[in-house]
Amino acid sequence: MMETRKPLLLSLIDTRGGIFLGAVAAATILVPALALMVPPNSAFALPPYLVALFGKYVCYALLAIALDLVWGYCGILSLGHGAFFALGGYAMGMYLMRQIGTRGVYAHPELPDFMVFLNMKELPITWWGFQSFPYAMLMVLLIPGLLAFVFGFLAFRSRVTGVYLSIITQAMTYALLLAFFRNDMGFGGNNGLTDFKDLLGFNVQAKETRVALFMASSIALGVGYLIARAVTQSKFGKVVIAIRDAESRTRFLGYRVETYKLAVFVLSAMMAGVAGALYVPQVGIINPGEFAPANSIEAVIWVAVGGRGTLVGAALGAIIVNWGKTFFTGALPEYWLFALGALFVIVTLFLPKGVIGALDQFKVRRQAAKNSGAATPTAAE
Amino acid sequence: MTLRSRPARACAIPLTGPAGKSLIETLSFAAAALFLLMLALFATPQARAQGESSVIIGLTSDKFPDTERALNELPASDLPTAPQIVEALAANRLYFNGPARKLYFADDAGKMFDAATGEPADVMASALKKVRINNAVRRSLDAARGALTLMSPDPAKRKAAADSVFKSRDATALPLLEAALAKETLSSTRKILEEARAAIIAGDSGASEVQRLEAIDILKSRGDQDVVSVLTTIASWSEGRVKAAAESASSVIQAKLALWRNVQNIWYGLSLGSVLLLAAIGLAITFGVMGIINMAHGEMVMLGAYTTFAVQEWARTSHPGLLNYSLFIAIPLAFLVTATVGILIERVVIRFLYGRPLETLLATFGISLILQQAVRTIFGANNREVSAPSFMAGSFDFGSLQIGYGRMWIIVFALAVFFALQFVLRATSFGLRMRAVTQNRRMASSMGIDTNRIDALAFGLGSGIAGMAGVALSQIDNVSPNLGQSYIIDSFMVVVFGGVGNLWGTLLGALTLGVANKFLEPIAGAVLGKILLLVFIILFIQKRPRGLFALKGRAVEA
Repeated sequence: MMETRKPLLLSLIDTRGGIFLGAVAAATILVPALALMVPPNSAFALPPYLVALFGKYVCYALLAIALDLVWGYCGILSLGHGAFFALGGYAMGMYLMRQIGTRGVYAHPELPDFMVFLNMKELPITWWGFQSFPYAMLMVLLIPGLLAFVFGFLAFRSRVTGVYLSIITQAMTYALLLAFFRNDMGFGGNNGLTDFKDLLGFNVQAKETRVALFMASSIALGVGYLIARAVTQSKFGKVVIAIRDAESRTRFLGYRVETYKLAVFVLSAMMAGVAGALYVPQVGIINPGEFAPANSIEAVIWVAVGGRGTLVGAALGAIIVNWGKTFFTGALPEYWLFALGALFVIVTLFLPKGVIGALDQFKVRRQAAKNSGAATPTAAE
Repeated sequence: MTLRSRPARACAIPLTGPAGKSLIETLSFAAAALFLLMLALFATPQARAQGESSVIIGLTSDKFPDTERALNELPASDLPTAPQIVEALAANRLYFNGPARKLYFADDAGKMFDAATGEPADVMASALKKVRINNAVRRSLDAARGALTLMSPDPAKRKAAADSVFKSRDATALPLLEAALAKETLSSTRKILEEARAAIIAGDSGASEVQRLEAIDILKSRGDQDVVSVLTTIASWSEGRVKAAAESASSVIQAKLALWRNVQNIWYGLSLGSVLLLAAIGLAITFGVMGIINMAHGEMVMLGAYTTFAVQEWARTSHPGLLNYSLFIAIPLAFLVTATVGILIERVVIRFLYGRPLETLLATFGISLILQQAVRTIFGANNREVSAPSFMAGSFDFGSLQIGYGRMWIIVFALAVFFALQFVLRATSFGLRMRAVTQNRRMASSMGIDTNRIDALAFGLGSGIAGMAGVALSQIDNVSPNLGQSYIIDSFMVVVFGGVGNLWGTLLGALTLGVANKFLEPIAGAVLGKILLLVFIILFIQKRPRGLFALKGRAVEA
C-alpha cells in the first residue's frame, strides 16, 4: 500500500495540476504569513477582511471543481449545485448556532435566539446533535450527499437528461429556497443563521481563526482537486467521460450508466457541501438566499469561464469571476450585472472551452507555427 | 311574491318584541309606545318632546342603567342631534349638568353645543361632568350607532348598518329594523334588512313557531357562513320543529357552501392558471417548438410590462383621454417591442448556438441579467404603478362567488392569445413553415423554406407573446425589474409538465397547476403548497420524462 500510494498521487499531477497545487500551497503559506507575521502597518500586511474574502474565493473554487466534476466530465448540467453548497453551509451554521449558548440576546442555554423569538419550546429534532462538531461535519457530507442520492436516483433511473435535468435541478433548489424561507422549517426563516461566536472554542471573528479557516479552505481545495483528479483519471472516470460523450453507446456496452452518474453526482454534492461549510464561518451568515437559482447558474458560469472539464479551469474561473464581482460592486456597482451578463454571452459564443481552453489552443497554434516555419503561420487553422 | 307580502307582517311583529320588554320598565314603555306611534306616523310634537326629555333625563342621571336605556331609546326618538350625541359619547365628548338636566356635546375643536337643540352653548367643559361608559353602555352605544345609520340617507351606509345588525342580531334593534324596512326602497338593502329581521326573530324564543320557521326559511335563502353560525346557535337551544328546521337548513347551507368553496377554488385556480398560461405560452414556442432554452423569457414578460407602463405614462402626460384605453395601445406595442428584442437576440446570439442547448441556456441567462440591469438603469429599481382601466376594476357576484373583472379579462385574454397562436400555427403559411422547420429542418430547407428567417421569426413570435403576457401581468403584479424572474421557473414547469412541443399540453398543464395550487393552498398554506407542487412536478418528470402530452416518433430523440 505505502509503495503504491506515492506514485499514484504523483501520476495524478500533470503540469497544469502541479502549477495549480503549487499556487494553492503558496497561498496556504503566504496568506497566513502576510496576515500574522507582517506588522499591520506594513504595505504587505493582509487585513483580516481580505483574508476572509480570499477564503470565500477558495470556497467558491471548490464548489466550481465539484460542479466541473459533474458537468465537465459527466455532462450533467446541474443548475442546483448551490443547494448542496447551502445545505453544507446550514449544517455548519447549525453547529455555530449551538455554540452561541447563553450568549444570545435571550440567553437561552438550549435554543438559538430565533427559536425563542418564535416561541419554540424545545429544540426541533433536526437540530439534535449539532452541538457536536464531528456530528455536524458528518452532516455537512451526509445531508447534501443524501439529497443528491435521492434526487439523482430518481432522475437518472428514469433517464431524465440534458435540459430537463437542468430544469428540475433548478426547480429543486427553488423549492428548497421557498422551504427555507418558512419560519416553520426551524432554520431561521428569512434571516437565516448568523451572529456566530465560536468555532471549536475559537472566536470566529479573530484574525487567527480567519487565517486558520483560510488555510482549511485551501487545503480542502487542494484535496478536493486531487479527489476529482483521482476520480477522472481512474477507469471509473473513463466510463464517466464515455457517458458524457455517448450515453446510449456506453449503456449498450453494458455499463450501468445511472450508477456511474449517481456516484459522481453524490460525490460532487458532498464536495459542494464541504465548500458551503467552510464558506459560512468566513462570511458569518447563511440564509435562504444561498438557494437562489441564480446563484447556482452563476456557479456554472465560473466553470464555463475557466473551461469545463479541466478542474483547474473551474477553480480559476471561480476566482476570476468573483474577483471581477468584488471589483465591479466596489467601483461600478451599476455595471456588474451588465458585465456578468456579457460574460455569459461572450464565453458561450467565443470561448466555449474557457480560459484554459483558449490558452491551450494558443499553445497548440504557436507550436504548430514553430514546426511549420514562419512562412505558413495560417497552417494551424 | 314573498317580498310583497312582507310589509303586511311588518306591523304585526313589533307588538311582541318591544312590548314584552317595555312592560318591565314604565319609562321605556313610554318610549316604545312613542315608537309605535311614530311608526304609525302619529307622532305629535308633544310626544316628541317627551321622548327628548326621556333621553336627556336618562343621559344626565349619571347611572349606567339609565344611560343604557336612554341610548336604546335614542335612535327612535326624533332628537335632531341624535347622531352627534352618539358620536360624542363614543369619543368621550358628551357632558352633562346633573341638577339642570342639561346635556352638552363638544365637537372636535372642543366647542360646546346644547344636545337638546344643537345650538352652540356658552358653557365650560370643565364645569360639567362627562357621561360615563361601561361595557353594557358601550353595547347599547354601538347598537344606537348602527341603528342611526340604518336611517342614513346614504344607501351604502344603510347597507353597512343593515349588515352590522344582521351580525349583532340585537333584538332591541328590531323596531328600528321595521321602521327602516318600511322606508327602504332599495331592493338589495331591503333584502339584508329582512334577513337581519329574520335572524332576530328566528332566535327569539318569544316569537311563534310559525314566525320562526318562516324566518329560518328566509335565512336559508341567504345561505352564507354567517347564517350557519346563527342557525347553529338557534339549533343548540331550540326544540321541536324549529330545531329540526334550523339543523336541516344549516346542513343544506353547509353543503352548498362547500360546493361554492370548490367552485371558488376552481375559479381562482383558473385565474392563476391563465396567468401561468400567458407566461408559459411564449416559452412553449421557443422551448417547446424550437428547442431553445430561453432563460431571458421572463425578461420579455418584464419588458412587456414596462412597455405598458411607458404607454400609460405617455397617455397620462400627453393624451389623458386615451388613458383608459392605453392597454389597447400597449398590447400590440408590447408585442412589437419584445418581438424585435427577441429577433435581435436570436440573430446576434442564439443563432450560433443551435444544437447546443446547455450553452443557449447560459447565454440567454446572461442576456436576462443584461436586460434586467438595463431596465433598472432606465426605469429605476422601484416598483412602477400601472393603473387598471375602468372596465377592469370592480367585480360582480356569481352565486356566492365574487368575480373580479380584472381576473376575468385576464382569463379571456389568455385564452384569446392561446387560440390566436393556434390559428397562426395551423392556418397561416408562416405557421406551416414553422411547423415544417421544427419537424424536419433539412427537408424544409430543401423545399425552399428559409429556415434562418423562420427561426428568427418564430423566436420573435414567442418573445412577442411573452411581451403581451407582460401587459396582462402588469395589471396584477408589481412592475419591477425582477418581474420576469418570478415567472421563469413556473413557466418552465408548465411547459415541461404539459409536454414539450404541444400547445394543448401547455394549456392543460397551466390550468391544472393553477387549480392544483389553489386547492393545496388552504390545506398546506401558500408556500408549502407551491413546494409540494414543485416536488410533484419533479417526481412527475421522473415518471413521464416528456410531460403529459409527449411527442412520439423519431424526431423526439434527435
